[in-house]
Amino acid sequence: MSTDKTSPAVGKTPAAPADTAPSDTAPADTAPVDAPAPAPAAVTAVDPRLLVREQGFAGYLGEFKRKMRAGDLGSIPVVIGLLVICVIFQGLNENFLSAGNLSNIAVSMVATGMMAVGIIFVLLLGEIDLSVGSVSGVSGAIVAVLSVTNGINEWLAIVAAITGGALIGAIHGFFFARIGAPAFAVTLSGLLFWQGFMLQLLGSNGTINLDSDGLVGQLTTYYFSDVAAAYGLALVAVVAFFLSSFTDSRRREAAGVPSRPLSEIALRTGLLAVIAFAAAATFNQYKGLPLAVLLFLVVLVASDFVLRRTAYGRKIFALGGSVEASRRAGINVTAVRISVFAIAGTFAAVGGLFWASKIAAANQSAGAGDLLMNVIAAAVIGGTSLFGGRGRTWNALLGVMVITSIQYGLALEGIATPIQYMITGGVLLATVVIDSVTRKTQKTAGRA
Amino acid sequence: MVHVSATPVLALRGVSKRFGAVQALTDVELEVHAGEVVALVGDNGAGKSTLVKTIAGVHPIDDGVIEWEGSAVQINKPHDAQNLGIATVYQDLALCDNIDVVGNLYLGREIRKRGILDEVEMERRARELLTTLSIRIPSVRIPIASLSGGQRQTVAIARSMLGEPKLVILDEPTAALGVEQTAQVLDLVERLRDRGHAVILISHNMADVKAVADKVAVLRLGRNNGVFDVKSTSQEEIISAITGATDNAVTRRAARNVEAQK
Repeated sequence: MSTDKTSPAVGKTPAAPADTAPSDTAPADTAPVDAPAPAPAAVTAVDPRLLVREQGFAGYLGEFKRKMRAGDLGSIPVVIGLLVICVIFQGLNENFLSAGNLSNIAVSMVATGMMAVGIIFVLLLGEIDLSVGSVSGVSGAIVAVLSVTNGINEWLAIVAAITGGALIGAIHGFFFARIGAPAFAVTLSGLLFWQGFMLQLLGSNGTINLDSDGLVGQLTTYYFSDVAAAYGLALVAVVAFFLSSFTDSRRREAAGVPSRPLSEIALRTGLLAVIAFAAAATFNQYKGLPLAVLLFLVVLVASDFVLRRTAYGRKIFALGGSVEASRRAGINVTAVRISVFAIAGTFAAVGGLFWASKIAAANQSAGAGDLLMNVIAAAVIGGTSLFGGRGRTWNALLGVMVITSIQYGLALEGIATPIQYMITGGVLLATVVIDSVTRKTQKTAGRA
Repeated sequence: MVHVSATPVLALRGVSKRFGAVQALTDVELEVHAGEVVALVGDNGAGKSTLVKTIAGVHPIDDGVIEWEGSAVQINKPHDAQNLGIATVYQDLALCDNIDVVGNLYLGREIRKRGILDEVEMERRARELLTTLSIRIPSVRIPIASLSGGQRQTVAIARSMLGEPKLVILDEPTAALGVEQTAQVLDLVERLRDRGHAVILISHNMADVKAVADKVAVLRLGRNNGVFDVKSTSQEEIISAITGATDNAVTRRAARNVEAQK
């Protein structure tokens, strides 16, 4: 028995905390007699169990492989899904990958995408907001009533609609965070209430047409027809990405903490450049860079920055991980929760403006139908966890691409709504299955 | 080996606490010096957790005086205790599973540069802190969920060290840990002492107490039941103080004799 115990103990000595030896308090009898005491220099040697990435590109590949094995798939399933969708629909109809169709997909996905950004904030808390569809309808109705019926300046009307959305979200947040009602129930009642509110606003005739050359109308119809716009944006994005990664890496190097090797930064920048310039070329083949896409990208960059680079974003992730831990860390849980619901309401309102722009009207069916499901599906398909604490707003872009591509692909084939619903439902289920399976793999690999 | 300061960092004088009809603490005395590990032991319901919560400011005391470095202080809310320099690591560690080690260490007190999180500086300081405490974890950039129980405990303790507290309270740090992990945590407790922190260690495990503590304060039914020097006291004596086995015919007769003489 005792011999069985000593042999692994001796073998483990380098891996086990070597610091016990130099510590003056360590009793002498715990040191195995036959194990040579580690030299002082050996104490700082790297523990073989530590996940220290090798320097250089090989280390990057190694880490990538380890992540794959551990079930940390990131966006890879979605990207593969997108490729599959492209291949299938291109096979069915050669117009699917035409510049015009891709450009239309890009413009029409912005409305759902904006709302998905908002719902990702709520999902990060581990909560849900079921009212975003209705709130988007209210926003369209506010703009229409103020600007068309009452003749108020369109800018003011837009500000009013977005503020209204934020306010509605804050009200939901108040009932959830302050009163303690479940978010599901609060926003479910919100779904019905705000739908009724919208119908009330629109009045008896039900539809208010917007000026398609007005501010709201231009949201989805304006294109920067100058070829330089799209290429310029792509160039700015690539350069900004490279500079920020490079300076960050230099700072990390200077501070003596692990940094990305230059080869990895170059690879990532190259990948981004290919995608950005391909997208720009596609837009330029049609009508140029759509204003809607530009706004969406700005929102994505800004929201990603807020979530990952500010203390406020850190608080949202913390709340999604453990409410109790956040409270003890001094985070004002109620304020963060209310603000997150206000953000969801704001983005719902913004999404509502894009919907109104798309049909150049505010009508009674706005925010109804499968919109809410599509928004949640976009967030989840993109890889945001329904259980809170995991996800990025860039997920909204990938998710909404999948959803909108399917809709457009099926529409090109002339496949009717019932089939569309069933296919979208199936894709959502597949995503949730992938999420659950990878979660299991992550658990067995010790990464929940 | 232990350098004990003249004035205790924390001293409780006749502290009492009542919850409704329950007298949780009665006239409790406790002294903790810098560079000293005081183990607080007692049976379930002896008042250990209540005592710790009064020090940490969760429950304000009803009676008695809390002295901090020789002067009486009021500790009415957790913030008061933190401002004095008291850090508490509770049994449920209160870490966010989804956030990485650096993020958890700095949760609620992120280092910012022009309003933006300074991740590089936080990571550098986190590595420095973990190195000085000789804490070994796979990477400071992996989520807490992928750490073992002992590693999480060491991260939670390291987190409490960020504010450079004078007194660290550890509530059952080795409960539910394996042998090797317990050893890591006990090593860490010793390093805290060597760095001059005062430590209050709550534990049920006599072996742990004997291993790292300098003094053992026993609570029984909300009262002091002796403070023992670990070196000169046997485990049996401590356990009998915990269970009340000292309360036998001999001690009762002795007590009665004292009373009779008064």
